[in-house]
Amino acid sequence: MVENMAARLQDVVVQRRGKTILGPVDHDMAPNGCTIVIGPNGAGKTTLLKTLHGVERLSRGQVDWGVPEHVARQQQAYVFQSPIMLRRSVRQNLIFPLSLAGMGKAEANDRVTHWATKIGLAKMLDQPAPRLSGGEKQKLALARALIRDPAVLFLDEPCANLDGRSIREIESLLVDVQRSGTRIIMTTHDLGQARRLASDVLFLLRGQINDHGPAQTFFAAPSSPEAVAFLNGDIVE
Amino acid sequence: MTDIWSGLQAAFWLLVTFDRDLVEITLRSLQVSLSALVIASVIALPLGTWLAIRRFRFRRAVIAVLNALMGLPPVVVGLIVYLLLSRSGPFGVLGLLFTPTAMIIAQVIIITPLIASITHQAMRELWAEYHDLLISLNTSNWQRIKTLIFDGRRALLTASLAGFGRAIGEVGAIMIVGGNIDHATRVLTTAIALETGKGDFALALGLGFVLIGLALVVNFGIHVLSRTEREGRW
Ligand SMILES: Nc1ncnc2c1ncn2[C@@H]1O[C@H](COP(=O)(O)OP(=O)(O)OP(=O)(O)O)[C@@H](O)[C@H]1O
Ligand SMILES: [Mg+2]
Repeated sequence: MVENMAARLQDVVVQRRGKTILGPVDHDMAPNGCTIVIGPNGAGKTTLLKTLHGVERLSRGQVDWGVPEHVARQQQAYVFQSPIMLRRSVRQNLIFPLSLAGMGKAEANDRVTHWATKIGLAKMLDQPAPRLSGGEKQKLALARALIRDPAVLFLDEPCANLDGRSIREIESLLVDVQRSGTRIIMTTHDLGQARRLASDVLFLLRGQINDHGPAQTFFAAPSSPEAVAFLNGDIVE
Repeated sequence: MTDIWSGLQAAFWLLVTFDRDLVEITLRSLQVSLSALVIASVIALPLGTWLAIRRFRFRRAVIAVLNALMGLPPVVVGLIVYLLLSRSGPFGVLGLLFTPTAMIIAQVIIITPLIASITHQAMRELWAEYHDLLISLNTSNWQRIKTLIFDGRRALLTASLAGFGRAIGEVGAIMIVGGNIDHATRVLTTAIALETGKGDFALALGLGFVLIGLALVVNFGIHVLSRTEREGRW
């Protein structure tokens, strides 16, 4: 399960309505650890994650995981920026990816109980998922991603709607997940969180990788002036 | 005015005594329209869903044709089915003309576009909602269709009920291909047309009440279902 975790972006360009929203990007992603993608609103963070996951239509270039796209995707899970809830119960939302993978009922139910407890949704298993609060939806989306035991986990601002305590819980969960060998690629607007979780950082600006490096180096001494300004909380356009 | 009044009285009597002819005709109406509904749904629900999720070259054209077919005059459908099934037509050997089967075929042609079109609308919305997740989970086309149909089942039920409403009230096509033969192809709508022509208002009105009753039940069903849909209970 641990192979195919390094991605190579080659001359990737995503254009929509004649506007380039990502690229051109040439970049070798780190093969393991937790990559945090930061950058201002509209910089292209979501587009980059979707591109890596193979759900964004590319205008040019390619993403190479070393295996065909759908094979790579099989070992990946993605938590979208706005959680997508199936119009079913919380339990059925969690079972869904497992039944797609052909898992038996008994094992699936065990996993559902395990993850629902872990993420604090055990009491809500029989509630309709679209009725959950914003933060609960986000937790459910995360549990539904983790329940498949992915080799690569994409998280697009997974803590955006969470309270302080939930954020701490999710962060320690993510640290565990990463220790057990899952590769994490995640965006966040919370620079404190980025410092806590990142092993390396990508700083996106206007659709391009403006700066990147190992977390320690990046936060201590970012090399581009825009990254310096961004870390200082100055507006970068 | 006295006609209507005596008609009402007689109709009431037919209803409370479960008049045999009335029961027979009503059951045949249900049999024909429910059969047409099942067949049309089996075609139209996956078709409408498929049109909502697949991008292909002539998709817009297909949807336009579907919407145009929705407006097909039933009489014309009846005429075409008649020509196809008549002794000299391509399917004449099957001997289906003037049987309930011919009526079912005509109704299927009439309501399939309607159900497919309503399905397409509802599924497009749901697909927009689910798109990223279903792609991310590497679902096959068939799994996508199944998921959308399952989660959109209330909207699809509404679509089917709309189709049923159209089928059970339809008269032009089944009159032509069924022939309104007593004890064979006579249904509520054709019987009403006939009895009205003969001046037997009692039976016509009795049949009319049954038809209205069925339509009301169907409409009430749609109403209840769409309300539970809106409230998001399931
Ligand atoms: N389908 C589309 N058509 C046109 N423009 C789009 C489309 N999708 C995204 N964009 C534009 O591309 C840019 C990058 O979008 P993206 O969602 O990747 O930004 P982001 O970095 O994730 O921003 P945020 O921090 O707000 O989530 C934005 O300016 C957005 O308006
Ligand atoms: Mg985003």
